[in-house]
Amino acid sequence: MARKGLLITPDICIGCRACQVACKEWNQLPASKTKNNGTHENPPDLDANNFNRIRFIEHADTKGFRWLFVSHRCMHCGEPACVQICPVGALIKDKETGIVYYDKNICIACHACKPACPFDIPRYDQGGKGKIAKCHLCIDRVRAGLTPACAKTCPTGSIKYGDRDTLIKEAKAKGFKLYGETDFGGLGVVFALKDSPKIYQLAENPRISESVAFWGSVLRTLVGRSSSTTSFIKYLAHKSTEEVKK
Amino acid sequence: MTSPWNDFKNSDVILNMGGNTAENHPISMKWIMKAKEERGAKLIVVDPRFTRTAAKADLYVPIRPGTDIVFLGGLIKYIIDNNLYFRDYVINYTDASFLVDPNFKLPDELDGVFSGYDEKKRSYDRSTWKFQLDESGIPKKDETLQDPRCVFQLLKKHFSRYTIDVVSNITGAPKDKIEEAYRIIASTGKPDKTCSISYAMGWTQHTVGSQNIRAFAIIQLLLGNIGMAGGGFMAQRGESNVQGSTDEGLLFHILTGYNPTPVASDVDLKTYIEKYTPKTKEPKSLNWLANRPKYIVSYLKALYGDKATKDNDFCYSYLPKREDGKNYSWLYLFDDMYKGNIKGFFAWGQNPACSGGNSIKTRQALAKLDWLVCVNLWDNETASFWKGPGMDPKKIKTEVFFLPAASSVEKEGSITNSSRLLQWRYKAVNPPGKCMPDAEIINELYFRVKKLYEKEKGAFPEPIIHLTWNYGEKDKNGKIKHFDIHKVAKEMNGYFTEDIAVHPIDKKSYKKGQQVPSFVLLRDDGSTACGNWLLCGSYTDAGNMMARRGKEDPTGLGLYSNWAWAWPLNRRIVYNRASVDPQGNPWDPKRAVIKWDAVNNRWVGDVPDGPQPPLAMEGGKLPFIMKPLGVGAIFGSGLSDGPFPTHYEPLECPFQENPLYKKHRINPTVKLFETESDVFVYCDTRYPYVGTTYRVTEHWQTGVMTRHKDWLLEMEPQIFAEIDPVLAKEKGIKSGDKVIVSSARGKIWAIAIVTPRLQPIKVMGQTIHIVGLPWHYGWRWPKDGSGGDSANILTPSVGDANVMTPESKAFMVNIEKA
Repeated sequence: MARKGLLITPDICIGCRACQVACKEWNQLPASKTKNNGTHENPPDLDANNFNRIRFIEHADTKGFRWLFVSHRCMHCGEPACVQICPVGALIKDKETGIVYYDKNICIACHACKPACPFDIPRYDQGGKGKIAKCHLCIDRVRAGLTPACAKTCPTGSIKYGDRDTLIKEAKAKGFKLYGETDFGGLGVVFALKDSPKIYQLAENPRISESVAFWGSVLRTLVGRSSSTTSFIKYLAHKSTEEVKK
Repeated sequence: MTSPWNDFKNSDVILNMGGNTAENHPISMKWIMKAKEERGAKLIVVDPRFTRTAAKADLYVPIRPGTDIVFLGGLIKYIIDNNLYFRDYVINYTDASFLVDPNFKLPDELDGVFSGYDEKKRSYDRSTWKFQLDESGIPKKDETLQDPRCVFQLLKKHFSRYTIDVVSNITGAPKDKIEEAYRIIASTGKPDKTCSISYAMGWTQHTVGSQNIRAFAIIQLLLGNIGMAGGGFMAQRGESNVQGSTDEGLLFHILTGYNPTPVASDVDLKTYIEKYTPKTKEPKSLNWLANRPKYIVSYLKALYGDKATKDNDFCYSYLPKREDGKNYSWLYLFDDMYKGNIKGFFAWGQNPACSGGNSIKTRQALAKLDWLVCVNLWDNETASFWKGPGMDPKKIKTEVFFLPAASSVEKEGSITNSSRLLQWRYKAVNPPGKCMPDAEIINELYFRVKKLYEKEKGAFPEPIIHLTWNYGEKDKNGKIKHFDIHKVAKEMNGYFTEDIAVHPIDKKSYKKGQQVPSFVLLRDDGSTACGNWLLCGSYTDAGNMMARRGKEDPTGLGLYSNWAWAWPLNRRIVYNRASVDPQGNPWDPKRAVIKWDAVNNRWVGDVPDGPQPPLAMEGGKLPFIMKPLGVGAIFGSGLSDGPFPTHYEPLECPFQENPLYKKHRINPTVKLFETESDVFVYCDTRYPYVGTTYRVTEHWQTGVMTRHKDWLLEMEPQIFAEIDPVLAKEKGIKSGDKVIVSSARGKIWAIAIVTPRLQPIKVMGQTIHIVGLPWHYGWRWPKDGSGGDSANILTPSVGDANVMTPESKAFMVNIEKA
């Protein structure tokens, strides 16, 4: 099977947020009690009950005023840092599709994945203290031959699902600049842009710290040793966090 | 809409004005974005706010709420001055060349009113608003369009003052953007270019609402867009089945199929038919409503069956009659209720406490009722009005009943969308608890009322007890055992009440009980019964046409003629006879809606507006078949406030005077209500900002359903007020602050959103600030009141001069940090 991916084109997104709701509906995620914080963006951040959200960006420059609607979600990296650092292999890159998903039964809630992620995506349940939660590109739907919920519901095709190569080729033919074509082994979620990533508030130079690979192997070695307790792994994972953050 | 939703993809230019289609009809954007991508279409948005639609537009033009006619009048002037109108279309298919009565006068000649204005009555004698007729009784014409009395020249004269400078001065829109918008829209005056207009409440919810619509109808006729692919007049209807509700005559002034409800002086069927059946002397006009007698008689036969005979006027006397001259629309209704004149009220699938203008007046009116029945999915601000803010339950005597209703997925039936498409839906799940579909609730009510009439007699029982009501097998008491919605649908379509050996129209024979295949076969002699002539053809002996799901699209225009069923007769683009020249050749062969096949003597493509040959041929007919004169009306003599749109200021506006006519600030025929709750202000320093209301994608109407859906409330949890950064700075308001927004009628809190998508606009030397709020919230839910209350607490109880749509889009407010 070819590597799968999403092509997201903010310039044809109308900010309807059907994608936010479809994701919650498919994954049966509850709603949070929110306040209007002076914008239309809600929930104000990703969390364990929000795997994707739309950011409302008001941008004015010499070209004029633009109101951009940009999806905020896991990028499904080709070389995922979260998978590299995870001590227990709870985060997995699917061999067939390239989707980065997870198994909560394996996750030990060490939270090493969050600082490792160049896009700051991982969030945790239990009010932020528990296990990993993020977009898994509806791997359950994909394995059943279906389209991820967000892409299925999008009325304008701003979120498109398909073979990554095909999506990239089509976007290039239409003259878009691609964000994520080659970073980190190529992102599974590629953005088709008409302007520089900065305008869309996409990280311009996302980086994975060199120490991620080191700490990942250290933690996994320790896990392999029966003498290592979970709390010790977690302690070291937190230590790795500080290193990685630097 | 004159065209299907998909037709947007065929447009070269799409104007979204008086509406916000990306936010309120998001699926429309699927087709609009397709038009942009596939044919390089241009999307123009004209709106007081930079909306989510504006975010996708090629051109955004800001405009002061309530100045649409100024903008559109300027466009009409631009089209005429620059000769950009589609001349052949205008001359052949509109009344532009018709000569008007010499006594007709324009507002410029009479300080702001047309001829015939009665200042005391605040209404017009329209006898001068007519055409000069020749010996055969048809309008005299000047096809050179030069005669000073022709409609075209009068139109030109009427809008001659709407220069780009004047337009910019009154609307506050920048001149270069106005001109750019005009240039792009007017470019569709060419035969192979079309523009569709997408609009909604931003145009209708004004005291000049009907004239806003008329203004663009004139533009579409001048540009020759009506009837063409991509040239739609696209009214975006607000409820999933509001089109169905008006088709079925839920409004006070119409029966099914838009036949008028009779008034008391329409004493018998003959009088009704004489009064409401239009006649014409124009031989080339199809004048389709000349068939009205067939439709009203067939309707009566559907209601009363065998009891309706020629001898008793087909039970015409059973129809309720309105009092002559009395208006029963929403604002009048609640005014009457407020005055204590109404005993009982069914709030059926609606939430008036939040939805109508001047909520406080509405809520106080409800307190005057003896009884109130609410039919809804959830408790709401109307059903619980008696315990709402400002109410003392001890002082309220209204007995309130709540009948829980099934939702649309819990029952089977059709929904008619904005494009006249009836799509049949199956039942997905059973309703919870004791919830019942509306039809079954009505069925229960009918049976019990009928039983009461049979037992107790009463003033006039026959209209109820003689109803056929054949919607399912009946038990020994005459009560329906299982309500069958298919039987309703079949009755709507209509059936033959007797055998017909040779039908005069198609020469075929029909048996009693057969479904009527088309409304052309309905009769006025009682041999056909039909609940709604427009729906004739929707459920025939071939089956339920509304349930079809064929995906074929042979024309490539997105007509999908085998998907469900559209009225009339499955015609997808109406007025399509205007899409061809008088010889029957499409003006634009690349997007041919219909085409005359001279070899086989028939039309190919969409269902034509009548099978008659093209206009220029023997027996040919004019395209606007619903108008007695057969042409599109630029001169709208049927409107109560003028045959041409004219700018008047909203009831509540920032100015002392109408800049165009000092003597008439507001629409001179608008009804002003007079209770102590009907306060309004203008040019008042206490309320210096222009308020407007609107909707968002995440909620729907008063939010009765959407406030209960956690995923939606999560996205938009509270009522907000959008203001521009300059006003925010003046008032010390930051995004996220709680603010109080007030009008002459009431005040509410909201959360401020300070945004550059609103900008102060310069109008007639003054700086105008806009305050915009959604009207989706109500005190009843969330229970803790965190959502806020209805923005209609601010809006006035005043409506359009013709149809009384409340003016919720332009009124005056103040805003302060809480």
